[in-house]
Formats: sequence, C-alpha cells, structure tokens
Amino acid sequence: MSQQHPASVTVIQPGPMTIIQDRGRPGLAHLGVGKSGAMDRAALALANRLVGNAPDAAGLEILFGGTELTVDEAIWFAVTGARGEVRVSGRLVPLDTATLAEPGERISFGAAESGIRYYLAMRGGIDTDPVLGSRSRDTLAKLGPDPLTAGQELPLGVEPADPIPSIDVVPVRTPTTGTVTIELRPGPRRDWFEHNAWSLLVDSEWRVSPRSDRSGIRLEGPALGRTDTRELPSEGMMPGAIQVSPDGAPTILAVDHPVTGGYPVIAVVTNYALDALAQLRPGQGIRFRVATGRS
Amino acid sequence: MKVLPFGDRALLAEFDSLHETMAAFRSLDAQRRPGLVELVPAARTVLVEVDPELLSLRAAEQWLRAASDSQRLAVADTIAAKPVVIPVCYNGPDILDAAAILGISANELISRHSLAEWRCAFIGFAPGFAYLASEYADFSMSRRKTSRPSVPAGSVGLAGEFTGIYPRSSPGGWQLIGTTDATLWDETRWDESSVTPAMISPGTIVRFEVVEP
Repeated sequence: MSQQHPASVTVIQPGPMTIIQDRGRPGLAHLGVGKSGAMDRAALALANRLVGNAPDAAGLEILFGGTELTVDEAIWFAVTGARGEVRVSGRLVPLDTATLAEPGERISFGAAESGIRYYLAMRGGIDTDPVLGSRSRDTLAKLGPDPLTAGQELPLGVEPADPIPSIDVVPVRTPTTGTVTIELRPGPRRDWFEHNAWSLLVDSEWRVSPRSDRSGIRLEGPALGRTDTRELPSEGMMPGAIQVSPDGAPTILAVDHPVTGGYPVIAVVTNYALDALAQLRPGQGIRFRVATGRS
Repeated sequence: MKVLPFGDRALLAEFDSLHETMAAFRSLDAQRRPGLVELVPAARTVLVEVDPELLSLRAAEQWLRAASDSQRLAVADTIAAKPVVIPVCYNGPDILDAAAILGISANELISRHSLAEWRCAFIGFAPGFAYLASEYADFSMSRRKTSRPSVPAGSVGLAGEFTGIYPRSSPGGWQLIGTTDATLWDETRWDESSVTPAMISPGTIVRFEVVEP
C-alpha cells in the first residue's frame, strides 16, 4: 500500500468548527503559550494508533459534525471520539476502526449523537507547517493553522513505516449523553470560599453551559460564595482548574485556557478525567467526586 | 514560601512579594529537572506542573523547597545577564495622563523610565506579553478607565507596577507611553533546544533607550 508521493484531502464542507490538532505545545507556558492540543487526547491517540501513525501525528478535531472531505488517493483513516454516522460515499463506516477510502471518495460526518468532538486520523497525518513545534490550533491565542474552510486542501505526510495494525478490540471510553461523574482534587484557593462551597461543588448536579468551548467548560448551578474577597493577583493556570468568577459561577479550564488567570481556583479536575470533559454536550449533567489515594 | 495544592499533577508555590517570586523563579528555572512539564511564574506564585510518571508531587515539593531556598537564590542572582535594549519613541497617547498620575512631568517620566533597570517577572495575557518590573523606580499606575478595542503591536504601556509591550495588536487598558519597532515575538524563531520566539522571557533584564520621533 506504499505511495510514491504524499496524498492530500480537500475540504468540501468544514462544518461548524473543524481544526487541526496534535498533542499541542507543552512546556511553553512561561512564554505565554498554552498547551492547546486535542481536547480528547485519548481519542486522537487511538485514531492515530489505528492507522499506524506516530503518536504526535496531527488529525482533525471535528465539532458536532457536518464536515465533508474528499481524498485524492486511497487513504486509510479512523474516526474516534463522538458517536454518530460517518460515511464514505454513502456507506456507513464503523467507528474506532481503520477504513480505506478509495481515490475521489467522500468522507462525511453526521451530527454527533453522543459526545461532541470527533477525531479523524489519516495515515501519514496532516502535514501543515508546525508552529512552535505543533500543528494544533490554539483558538484563544490564535496560534497555529486556522479553522478549516471550504475548498482548502490539506497535505498528508508520508506513510509511516508501521503497517495498519490488525486490532480486533480496542479500549474505548464511549461518550454518554447522561450525567457524567468527574474526579477532582483540592485547588490552591479552596479556603477563599464559604465553608459550604466545597460541599455545594461536590454534592450538586451541574449543567454544561452552551457558552463552553476549548478555553473553558462553564457550569450552571448554585453560586459558590467567597469569604475572601481580595483581588487575586494573576496566577498560573492549567487545564482542569476550576475557576470561580465573582458571580460564583465555576468554569473548568480546558486546553486553550489563558496561561494565567485572576479568579480563585477551588478545585482541579484529575488529569485522567480531562478527556471526558471534551465530550460534554451543552445542557449535559456533571457530578464531581473527590479523588482518593496518592497521585 | 507556602506550597498550595493544585490537583493531581501540579503545586502552586506562593511568595510574599513580587521580587521574592522573581528570584525564586530564576533559581527554580536554573535547576530544572526531568519530569517538570511547566514552570509558570506570576505576580506572587510559581506553578509547578509535573509528569507524575517521572516526578511525583512529593518529590516535586522537596525539589521546590530545596531549589528555591535563599542561599541558592543569592547564587542565581549573581549570574549576570546582559540586558535586552528596547528602543522606544516616547510618543504614546497616554503619556501626559500617566505623568499626571505620578505627579511628574512627561520629560521626568521619560527620564525615569529609560534610566531604570527592568526585569521580566512573568508573561501573561497573550503569548510573549512580558510584565516588566523595576526594583528601584516607582511606577504605580492605574489602568485606563476604558479599555481600547485595539492597541497596536509595539505599544509600550504602564499598569500597576509593570511596564508591558504589546507583542501583537490586541484590546488593552494599559496607559500607553510609547512605541517600539523591536520584534518581541516571532513564531518562526523557535527550535526544540533553546531558540525562543520571545525576545523577553521571565528573568530577562530590559533597558529602554530613548528614540526621537
């Protein structure tokens, strides 16, 4: 299946927001550059593995669906993350599995039915010019390649040496539409809040606000009151930090968060739970549980 | 120094003053170790993020306490660094307001600002937006009452105790005292070893040089 020259794909419909993502830019926060990268890291990693790509290959993060692409040559691809109908020239293709699209065929994404972010890996990976070592789009800092537009051609890299792995069963955390439980640990400013704020945080069922995006997941629920009302000098932030704004509303920072922030962090979601946050739909329920044991 | 929890892969070190924070960051930065993912300085804190498979939080806390102690701070401080010189044309739209807030003339502001030695405390707000502090000059400054929807790249502004330079055009509420044509941020200036896109990074010493309009 080796190719003489790299292939490309053409964007027919970009959908509401389709962006190029890889593992992001860790290690540059002191220069004001956030990690960015795929919001559901495990889903992109799985998609890359299914087509034999290196773990740092770039794929597409497709919000909600509606995206259509054509391939100019025979290309192996895999779709992970959100659940919905994905077709090649009208034929339904299985998710979490490598599939071959023939030259000229069209890959189309239906509306996501559970989860909201599909990940598409194509063999060879998307080969746009890296910016600060990554091809990820940081939607807040406006770093990296722009969101996809109709008619755009995406170059693919050379095929990796590894063959398409023959995998029968893969471990998949399928997104659900019900209430999800997310683990957290205390944050640095827990003692800036009223004594009942922690139990309100942990015992309430929260709703994901429609104003959520890659910089943060805004939560709707009870207000978390503060006892310490000093202005907090800006401090370093990271994905998973639960910042509380002056009106008492919590926001879980996501991969494109501002590198520093001035709202107190009451708690921090565990690293493992971050991927599940990427798949939460507007209006979906969240409950928190305090993680136990040493990290 | 107080060490505060920050989830399952980070700690937040909190200090009493900006200058203590700056000194601790320089000391920690000079003693980075495997497993450290990010070291993010800010006004009173340094966020320490680890890869828990390589460096546990407990080991990170031990490293933090040892690497930020006062003796080593002194050593880190003696490492002389060459200042970055930023040419500035002091023609900003807020220079008279800023001088009035300080109770001095515009010429006095220009002279104090360009004679002072500045050091980058941290980067915030946008990639490459350096917060520069000066130990011996008082530039305590309130922000503008209304923020500008667009501040041009290269604008030099004052806010709080800081001087900042807008690396690219963005909204902003700092008091603008001048402009520079220095390229503060260049994404193509990067490699995996040491080349950085930011002309100024935390710890960099900065001087401003007066350029006639």
